[in-house]
Amino acid sequence: MHALLLKLLRELRRLWAQVASIALVMAAGVATLIIGIGTYQSLAQTRAEYYANHNFADIFVSLARAPRSLLNEIGAIDGVLAVDGRILRLAPADIEGLEEPASVLLISLPDGAQALNKLYLRSGRLPELGRGTEAVVSEVFAKARDLIPGSRLDVVMNGTLRAVTITGIALSPEYIYAMTPGEVMPSEGRFGVLWVPADLLAATYDLQGAFNTVSLKLLPGASPATIIADVDQLLAPYGGQGAYGRDQQTSHTFLDAELTQLRGMSAVLPPIFLLVAAFLVNMTLTRLIALEREQIGLLKALGYSSLAIAWHYVEFVLLISILGTAAGYGFGIWAGNGLTVLYAQYYSFPVLVFSRDPVLYVIAAAITIGAAVLGAISAVRKAAWLPPAVAMLPAAPPVYRQLLRGRNPIVVDAPQTWIIIARHLLHWPWRTAGGVVGMALAAAILVGSLWSIGAINYMVDYTFNRTERQDATISFLGPRPAAALYEVARLPGVMAAEPFRTVGIEIRSGHVSRRVGLSAYAATNDQTRLLDAHLGRIALPEQGLIISRTLARVLGVRPGDTVEVKPLEGDRRVRLVTVHGLVEGYLGLAAYMDLNALHEMLDRMPLISGVNVEIDESRHSDLFAALKATPALGMISLRSVALDRFRQTMAQNMFVMIGVLVAMAGVIAFGVVYNLARISLSEQGREMASLRVLGFSRGEVSMLLLAEIAVVTLLAQPLGWILGYWLALAMVSSFSSEIFTMPLVLGPEVFVYSTGVVIAAAALSGFIVRRRIDRLDMIAVLKTRE
Amino acid sequence: MVNGDFAANLLGPPSPMASAPTGSLPVLRARGLTKIYRMGEVEVLALDGVDFSANAGEFDVILGPSGSGKSTFLNIVGGLDTPTSGDAWFLDHQLANADERALTRYRRDHVGFVFQFYNLVPSLTARENVKLVTEISRRPMRPEEALDLVGLSDRMNHFPAQLSGGEQQRVAIARAIAKRPDLLLCDEPTGALDSKTGVVVLEALTRVNAEFGTTTLVITHNVAIRGIAHRVINFANGRIASIETNQTRLPAAAISW
Repeated sequence: MHALLLKLLRELRRLWAQVASIALVMAAGVATLIIGIGTYQSLAQTRAEYYANHNFADIFVSLARAPRSLLNEIGAIDGVLAVDGRILRLAPADIEGLEEPASVLLISLPDGAQALNKLYLRSGRLPELGRGTEAVVSEVFAKARDLIPGSRLDVVMNGTLRAVTITGIALSPEYIYAMTPGEVMPSEGRFGVLWVPADLLAATYDLQGAFNTVSLKLLPGASPATIIADVDQLLAPYGGQGAYGRDQQTSHTFLDAELTQLRGMSAVLPPIFLLVAAFLVNMTLTRLIALEREQIGLLKALGYSSLAIAWHYVEFVLLISILGTAAGYGFGIWAGNGLTVLYAQYYSFPVLVFSRDPVLYVIAAAITIGAAVLGAISAVRKAAWLPPAVAMLPAAPPVYRQLLRGRNPIVVDAPQTWIIIARHLLHWPWRTAGGVVGMALAAAILVGSLWSIGAINYMVDYTFNRTERQDATISFLGPRPAAALYEVARLPGVMAAEPFRTVGIEIRSGHVSRRVGLSAYAATNDQTRLLDAHLGRIALPEQGLIISRTLARVLGVRPGDTVEVKPLEGDRRVRLVTVHGLVEGYLGLAAYMDLNALHEMLDRMPLISGVNVEIDESRHSDLFAALKATPALGMISLRSVALDRFRQTMAQNMFVMIGVLVAMAGVIAFGVVYNLARISLSEQGREMASLRVLGFSRGEVSMLLLAEIAVVTLLAQPLGWILGYWLALAMVSSFSSEIFTMPLVLGPEVFVYSTGVVIAAAALSGFIVRRRIDRLDMIAVLKTRE
Repeated sequence: MVNGDFAANLLGPPSPMASAPTGSLPVLRARGLTKIYRMGEVEVLALDGVDFSANAGEFDVILGPSGSGKSTFLNIVGGLDTPTSGDAWFLDHQLANADERALTRYRRDHVGFVFQFYNLVPSLTARENVKLVTEISRRPMRPEEALDLVGLSDRMNHFPAQLSGGEQQRVAIARAIAKRPDLLLCDEPTGALDSKTGVVVLEALTRVNAEFGTTTLVITHNVAIRGIAHRVINFANGRIASIETNQTRLPAAAISW
């Protein structure tokens, strides 16, 4: 077998460019699998270990205030393993170098060891009592604000400005994804978590011997639903706002959504690459075998068995697969580690576990090799079992057919070169179809991912230009009398002020219930608008609710239906409220109501949670200074800052993603076109040389091949758009969760870009093959019998 | 350069033209044509200073063993290759130093080729193969007319795979002559054919030569063919060893091998 192996290696070297382009497609498949699944596994493992080592709780609940003695009762609930009562308070902070006020979440830190949600101290030490106000700060915030142990920042605690000294930097499993309550993006630099000694916090907020937040760890196998019900019952007299599991814990759900997307990507992309690779292998091998038909006959005449010959060609494919798999491993591990590190920076993990199940590598190799061999089998089968005498004769010349059996109904006198192109494409229908599908898949990958840019822009426009049009939102630290509106309106630079109220409610229809934020606006409100599916404005009804489409779907209600609403603060009696309309909304489950209607429903004095304001651009500084001077007023979040940050984060993520996808689609498009063109050139080299002899110029002869490529590429586009649309649709539904839905916005630019990238890749391989045509040796080709 | 200067430029003894069309001027001339192929370390001298001229309407048969340089010569005068040194002209077209574009133009406008392996486009019918050329020619005949000349009017809509070897070669001839070339160059046109079929092909060639006055050069191994030529050029070792002139030409039908 030694001589055959030598032949194999020389063949590989001779066809190196085709081999490389096929191996590259395989490598892309293996790499996406390893990047996707590998990163998923690493992050899932990292998160699991983090949760386990730091006792991340299973159930969370906020309440107004309860005595610590109640913790024993909660701990006694069947199925509860551990319970931890803490004090949590949101407080405005003044940070050096930041013009607008920031906010911090103050969390009490017990004297001894933490029972649940344990901190990971990255540097410094834990805060101590009696040494002024000391705190440990969350790492993301510390990094964004250059805080190190020893740094100071001013925090307004219960109305008093306090200089807080940072003693250490820490991470918590509760805040892997840290967001200002009520916002949708991690607001690094403007929102941080401070862990402060419990006694200090209790004294400051008058909560000695009490707590306002409970976390619970459950026994394995315990039913969260029954425990949540028990906890709610216990805490009801203490202003309990309804317990919820990890599935509604903000940090956990956001991370979960990210991991789900990652896994989704790993399910979609690799099969595409492997399908294309199998097709390329089949196409290339079929041609190679056609060219070596006489050699096969000779080998058989010499006594090689059919099986030995078949194995020879399978080995050829195996070697390509091994090359592709190895390259895919290398790139996958490198890029996967890079991505994991990127994720770890974006989120906050104390340590990274690069976990890759060795099985993953075995699976990646097995399916790549499997797909390639599958592609090879049909090509090998026919040739290897030919009787030697038949194989040694040249194959019968290809029999072409006239289109439409020679009857041309439109009497178009097409140039003969067009006819050559059309008949050649139709003579190999499966190969042409395979090429079209391959190119379509390249376009589909692009359409199926580039749409998200448009969708995100649409969401930004929708959120910031159409629905939440205020320049800034000032959120009070707690509900205040409606007259507080005038206090805000009087601030320097405030041109218009509109009040709002948000109340946590439990909304229920039948046996389905969700905890959502109910937002109420005044009927005259203009800054914040509710829009329907056609971007038409929805007026808030005098009575009843407007809810988000997602919430309506979850609850199974339609406009006109009645739902049960139970406020999670104040008077908690259940009210029956009519749903009046649905609002389009992409973030979360939301409910809206008229401010007066809410006051009426809650049956108490009018309160507001904050004010949306329109600001005079030139007086920002005055406003911020005034806000810092009256910290009791609340926290401000600026739309322009939120928008910038959102765009920045998106641009960063998108840039990487688009780069990777364009490269991958390019690999497919290049691989398909290059191999199609090389094979076409191999089959038609003789005709091209003939045409050159007949006086056709290089350009005219090249057109034969380039037009073929162009036809395949162009035919592929509409199909690619349709496949891409389906891919986008699948991604929208895989991304959709209760907290996040994406609109499927497919602008024409998505198709233009996708097609542009595919055409560019096709043109590049066309250009490379064109150079081969230019070097075509007319004489040598014509003097030899095919 | 005008035609009148040709005679003055000719080197060597004037070619014996006894049976060639009288009163014609040389259309094809070569002087000191030399071609050296470099194959790795080895240099092969394929043509060694060939001088040649052919008049309009001449039918020449070129004989010689393999490697004698006859194909290299044909390729150079056909504009498929360029010499290492020496000159070649077709009328006022300088062929030796012409660039790629000029040679393509020359082949397109003036030369028809016929090869041993017909080199038809398999995906085109006989008529379409001819049409391929008429589409890019300045004053072509109709494809049907060209196929009629080679006796294939009833096989026009057949694909090459549906034609016999002789028929395919006649399609190749029709394709070569459809543009009304000034020069018809044939490299072993009957090499793959049996005697009977070969004769039909030769008849087509002599007929085209007679009817259109196309200067025709035919390379062959087949000594039997020599009788149909005006002149027989014998190549050996990269040179023209001798030139014989046939006082009387045989019709193609009279020969066999």
